Amino acid sequence: MPRPLKQHIGVAAVLMRDNVDTDQIIPSREMKTVSRSGLGQGLFAGWRYTDPEARTPNPDFVLNRDAQKAASILISGENFGCGSSREHAVWALQEFGFRVIIAKSFGEIFHGNCVRNGVLPITLGAGLVSKLSNLTAPAILTIDLEQQVITTGNPSDDPIEFEIGEFAKRLLVEGLDPIALTLTDRAKIENFFQHDRQRRPWVYSAA
Amino acid sequence: MAQTLFEKLWQDHRVCDAGDGADLLAIDRLLLHERTGGVALKSLLENGYTVRDPSRVYAIMDHIVSFAEGRKRDDARSPGGEAFITETRAMARSTGIHLIDTDSPEQGIVHVTAPEKGIVLPGFSVLCPDSHTCSLGALGAMAWGIGSSEAEHVMATGVLRATKPQQMRVSVIGELQPGCSAKDIALYLIAKHGAAGGKRCAIEFCGPVVGALSIEGRLTLCNMAVEFAAYSAIIAPDQKVLDFVLPRIDGSIDLSAAQKHWANLATDSDANFDYEIEIDAREIAPQISWGTTPEESFSLTENIPANAASKALEYMGLTAGQSLADLTIDGAFIGSCTNGRLSDLRSAAEILRGRRVPKHVRAVCVPGSKAVRREAEALGIDAIFKDAGFEWGEPGCAMCFYAGGETFAPGARVVSSTNRNFEGRQGPGVRTHITSPAVVAACAVAGKICAPADLPVLEEAVV
Repeated sequence: MPRPLKQHIGVAAVLMRDNVDTDQIIPSREMKTVSRSGLGQGLFAGWRYTDPEARTPNPDFVLNRDAQKAASILISGENFGCGSSREHAVWALQEFGFRVIIAKSFGEIFHGNCVRNGVLPITLGAGLVSKLSNLTAPAILTIDLEQQVITTGNPSDDPIEFEIGEFAKRLLVEGLDPIALTLTDRAKIENFFQHDRQRRPWVYSAA
Repeated sequence: MAQTLFEKLWQDHRVCDAGDGADLLAIDRLLLHERTGGVALKSLLENGYTVRDPSRVYAIMDHIVSFAEGRKRDDARSPGGEAFITETRAMARSTGIHLIDTDSPEQGIVHVTAPEKGIVLPGFSVLCPDSHTCSLGALGAMAWGIGSSEAEHVMATGVLRATKPQQMRVSVIGELQPGCSAKDIALYLIAKHGAAGGKRCAIEFCGPVVGALSIEGRLTLCNMAVEFAAYSAIIAPDQKVLDFVLPRIDGSIDLSAAQKHWANLATDSDANFDYEIEIDAREIAPQISWGTTPEESFSLTENIPANAASKALEYMGLTAGQSLADLTIDGAFIGSCTNGRLSDLRSAAEILRGRRVPKHVRAVCVPGSKAVRREAEALGIDAIFKDAGFEWGEPGCAMCFYAGGETFAPGARVVSSTNRNFEGRQGPGVRTHITSPAVVAACAVAGKICAPADLPVLEEAVV
């Protein structure tokens, strides 16, 4: 069950590229066990290490800088998490310590995977993303999901409001199990299938 | 109210309102593969749930199975990969879902096998924890990729919670030019409108060029929609689709109601789309990617733009303004859910016949399924590939993505009939150029990047 996320205060790391795909977030070769865990070390392996096998850190990569090693908020560009549907990308980010991803837009499947795993995806306009990414490192951000605002700690910065779907918000804030939630509609579901069997019998007989 | 085809299917599967603009949708078929299927099934049971209707769930081994000829049942192509195969098999058996195992004569890449075996039919809702599930929209199904947790949700409840995406129509007019295929349409579209151009949209492909595509070509076109950031892709089922699916359905099933249902699977003439794109196939020349996202593609005769992203150029070992023509290649791969079907192999074989791959190129062909492999062998296509110097593999995703283990060397330049040219996709440091199978074949025998038309004419025509 995901940990509830009402408010989060953490260090932001900036990875300002567009189209950061899930192959970069967790290369397939780093998916070594039939499990959701053990993926944090493989996060961004191709960029983070000069030699991924020996785990030799690449000093130029943002997550290897002292100020960002404990980052829990990631800031990136357009279409973050595009590509493969592997949920391992979210599990790897989460195991590293990320709880919030701020981007100009997200890959559709990745966005859903975040919400189901207690990671908050925030979509902001290009101007606001650029403003956050230009803060002096290490930027410490406060993300208040209940109020839907981001603050920088600097009184001269206006709080940044963000949008999020009500359902996603509820799942994240309360740390809910989506399956249990859906099963509260079990009667409607069973009723649908009962009628559907009459309406589209071939769907059932061909299975 | 007038509806798009996708909206009609959405309504057809809508169980109830799920709040916040979302609906619960009944899911007709869930497809799993060993890379994420085992973990989804395991986690489902650990959380105290069961599979509501195992007859609707199919596990197919494809992602990390070995593609070496003569592979054994548990052989993986990556170190430690066996566990994914054995775990998925064990979980499939214990939950009673369908299993198409490594050694089954039906095995293949899930998006190749599912249409072949009649697992997906027009009007179905189909999900799979694999982003290329949108391929299956080519049969008039509503199909898209999901995460593992959503797959667990579908197994436990029979439904998915989803918000109806925006509607986009992509019409392809004109005529496809000689040497061009569905892959070229897709790369052209993505290059022109960007890798996020179809963001969150259900795309309906239509127009005379789409209608003229074979089912296999349509599967290729819909397959690439996710590289356009689409939610899903669909093509209205026509007689061609019915001719394809009918022989694949168990003859004992009464299809009279189904036939009526299928006849209505079309967008209403006055339906409204949120976005409309029209592309003219007469403007499309054979495409190839030069960078590290599919949008960084162009026609083989173009030069890399002056403002090309420096990170992409550095990774690819290229410079702005450069042409790809005559760049030496080290590898060639034909296969994948994008271009691993019989017509793909046939288009490559036409070029390979009577020619040979030079020694410096490692060339590999992996048919998309056992059925494709058998048909190709019956037609002697395997012999053409082997005589040309290609390895002939056992079906699976193979070299479309690196999962550890053996691959091309870092820095190797590889032309590939696959879908993603991301950094490291085919191995650390490997420089992937995605293109059509015909162009891969031409580059393979030339040992350098070139178009089929650039190859020297063979001295004697081989029949």
